[in-house]
Amino acid sequence: MSNFFDSRVARWLDDRLDLSPIKNLVEHKKVPIHHHTVWYYMGGVTLFLFLVQVFSGILLLMYYRPGENSAYESMQFITSKVHFGWLIRNIHAWGANIMVLFAFIHMFSVFFTKAFKRPRELTWATGFILLVLAMGFGFSGYLLPWNELAFFATKVGTDIAGVVPIIGEKLKIVLRGGDDVTGATLSRFFGIHVAILPALTTVLLGLHLLFVQRQGMSEPEFFEELPEAKKHYIPFFPDFVLRDALLWLVVLIIILSLAVFFPWELGLKADPLASAPMGIRPEWYFMFMFQSLKFLPPHILFFEGETLGVLFFAVAGIFWMLIPFVKLQNGSINESKFFTYFGLATLAFMLGMTILGYLV
Amino acid sequence: MKSQLQLLKHLTALTIFMLTPYYLMGQDSSQSPGESQVNTCLECHEVLEVMPEGYSADDVHQAAATSCVGCHGGDATNYDMDESMSPAAGYIGIPSRQDIPKLCGRCHSHIDYMRTFRPRIATDQVDQYNQSIHGKKLAEGDQNVAECVSCHTSHAIFPADDPRSTTYAINIPNTCRQCHGNAELMDQYGLGHDQYDKYATSVHGKALLERKDTGVATCNDCHGNHGATPPDAESISNICGSCHLNNLTYFKQSQMAEDFDIHSCQECHGNHDIQPPTDQMLNTDSDTAICLTCHSVGDAGAATAFAMYRDIETVDSLYTLAQTKLKASQTSGMNYAEIDYQLQQTKQNLIQMRTLIHTFDTEEVKAKGADGIKTAKEAIHLAEMEIQEFQTRRVGYGLSTLAIVILAIAVFLKIRQRDEMLKQQ
Amino acid sequence: MTKIGRRDFVNYLLGFGGISAIAAIFYPIGRYLVPPPIREAEPTTLKVGSIDEFPANSSKIVRFGRKPVILIRDSGENIHALTATCTHLDCIVQFSEDRQQIICACHNGVYDLTGKNVSGPPPKPLTEFAVKVIDKEIVISQMKA
Repeated sequence: MSNFFDSRVARWLDDRLDLSPIKNLVEHKKVPIHHHTVWYYMGGVTLFLFLVQVFSGILLLMYYRPGENSAYESMQFITSKVHFGWLIRNIHAWGANIMVLFAFIHMFSVFFTKAFKRPRELTWATGFILLVLAMGFGFSGYLLPWNELAFFATKVGTDIAGVVPIIGEKLKIVLRGGDDVTGATLSRFFGIHVAILPALTTVLLGLHLLFVQRQGMSEPEFFEELPEAKKHYIPFFPDFVLRDALLWLVVLIIILSLAVFFPWELGLKADPLASAPMGIRPEWYFMFMFQSLKFLPPHILFFEGETLGVLFFAVAGIFWMLIPFVKLQNGSINESKFFTYFGLATLAFMLGMTILGYLV
Repeated sequence: MKSQLQLLKHLTALTIFMLTPYYLMGQDSSQSPGESQVNTCLECHEVLEVMPEGYSADDVHQAAATSCVGCHGGDATNYDMDESMSPAAGYIGIPSRQDIPKLCGRCHSHIDYMRTFRPRIATDQVDQYNQSIHGKKLAEGDQNVAECVSCHTSHAIFPADDPRSTTYAINIPNTCRQCHGNAELMDQYGLGHDQYDKYATSVHGKALLERKDTGVATCNDCHGNHGATPPDAESISNICGSCHLNNLTYFKQSQMAEDFDIHSCQECHGNHDIQPPTDQMLNTDSDTAICLTCHSVGDAGAATAFAMYRDIETVDSLYTLAQTKLKASQTSGMNYAEIDYQLQQTKQNLIQMRTLIHTFDTEEVKAKGADGIKTAKEAIHLAEMEIQEFQTRRVGYGLSTLAIVILAIAVFLKIRQRDEMLKQQ
Repeated sequence: MTKIGRRDFVNYLLGFGGISAIAAIFYPIGRYLVPPPIREAEPTTLKVGSIDEFPANSSKIVRFGRKPVILIRDSGENIHALTATCTHLDCIVQFSEDRQQIICACHNGVYDLTGKNVSGPPPKPLTEFAVKVIDKEIVISQMKA
């Protein structure tokens, strides 16, 4: 492949566009090899899954018709009448969940290997925003089939937005496009899901990838401290790319298998007048927040428990995004240890609440 | 002067109370609906807590037409108990059972008056009652038989379409049971007392009492209400036919009805304990065949029954098979709307076949059966296609997975190759 | 096997695997993009044939999505379309030309031509569909609630 840059096409392009940055990347980017190398693949898999979502999403758009009287019917049409419609829909649904899963794994692996530290603060922050956007994709996309579960999950979800102090009620109405979850909410969520979030994601993903390429792979402390001779690298191209590709193929097979053997049910059409069915749960990646809010007492001091909970998660999210900028003045505790403990505590809290959410 | 006039009026009332239609009695007291808020009877009886048993303030008479004095006589404007409840004021107290139909008839037999409340209301209840067994016995002086208040109550009367009414469709069986379920009482007349229990287990009783289907036949739908009598052998078929339209039409045109006019629905289906009919009633190969009560295996009747049974069974078993296939395609997450539609057709065909047996014409049943077989087979075919499609999905999955796995292996080998190359460098 | 031979084999395998994987991915996508010939599951309108082939005083059952619909032309010019399943126990209803009513033979339920339950056990009216005649073609559609 490296001889591509000697080809006539490449020279023609180089003349006009200056391919040297790409050439540099291909020829010089290298990936350190150590016992934490596996985490380097997580971001790539997330990117691959995002692309799967983009393509399957575009395909679904060909037949999906938003609207109170057509959304569910068109989903029925896609899954039962269109050739391979069931496959596309299930890949989109499973792909979404697995993408969020890998995004979380990516985030925590970056956190625990301390890869977010200087000079990669901005890469971390854009990555975190991308995760929030991914969750937004999940939340807005969940409603689109307009089935019973989605309808009530959205009702509960937007209700939570309503407890934000001062702007909460307005925020809820804006989210819902009215006082209640109706066809207007569906149009709104559709717009958010296929226009607003993709636009934001494209920009942030572009920045995120640009930062990564500019800075190269982060090297953990223990690796940096090794003598030069002991540092092993492999070329990014083609060796790391091949390994990436292998993992993507494995993930693709997993999604295909899930889509074929564990298809998502469409369920019943949403009926705003029906009583809420049993077992309304948010998607698993919202569960830790949902469950913590349920545990809060109705009143804490002068505040409503739920309001305080929502505020706490907002502040915690912002803190988490800005964590690369935290500087410890206290000499007694090693900075690196502080981050490890803090990360472990966060992870334990999220896992614990999620597990509780599914047990209770 | 005024009190003399009053007295005169009351004396007149006393003599003609029972003879004059209530509505012709003029507007002299609280009896007119416009002044019904003055009711000294109610005021005192409420204070003294001597209210009649089962009294309801929503009682239809109390609410719309008349009040206490309409039936009991007396003066509802006078607070003096002795005066208002004196014969002079037209007070008659508790009417005797014999008098009750006449008493109610004072209003209910007069269409001019009754239509001021409900324009289409019937006014023949008392006439009908007088011709019913209940009415005839009452006229003979029988104190046990039902009269108006036995079914309608005295002080909590509601229109029959009000669910609180004792004559609301769902409440009727229990209302009749009050007497007809009383063994001691029924023995005196040589009547059974298990009609309610039988009815409750019947197809009608279950539909009415369990599913609350008010359209279903209850006691009065077959026996009449005010003119209640046991339906006789010929009329019973017409009664059943008022709902089971085609069954009767077919039956009446059949040889069975022509040749033997004693036949009626209940011979095969029973009466109070009518069970949902089963195809086995025709199966002359079993001891459940109702036809074998008169026919015997080998004769033309038994052959007809068995031919019809076989045709229905064929469609029914195809229907069951199609349903299992429908379930199979449903559980494998496939499209089942088409199959469901075809099966609805088969179900209709089955219903029609089971109705057509009342023609006792095997050709008719067979012809309808052909339709049923066609739709059921179509449903089965569609279901098999869906299941086939499900299999195809797995094969397709296998093939595409194979392609990706080959690519993955190739990538893996390439990686190994590159690693060896790097090591050599 | 020589080094060169093995290398060639791996490259061939990469090419073969790559092409078949691309085929495996793009075949379903291609099929997906071709719209299916079958009607949609829950149509909002349905053409049910020419008015010339539908004489006065006749009726027929047509299929609207997964529901049967009874189409009736009365003794006059009016065409009615109603759900064909009786609201009592789901039998298919029929048009009675003599009475200009809709009857259900199962338990003698009677509806008028607008679907109102007139007598017998049916607890609810039949749902009416909007009927339009466009260029001699009868079109029925779901009525707006």
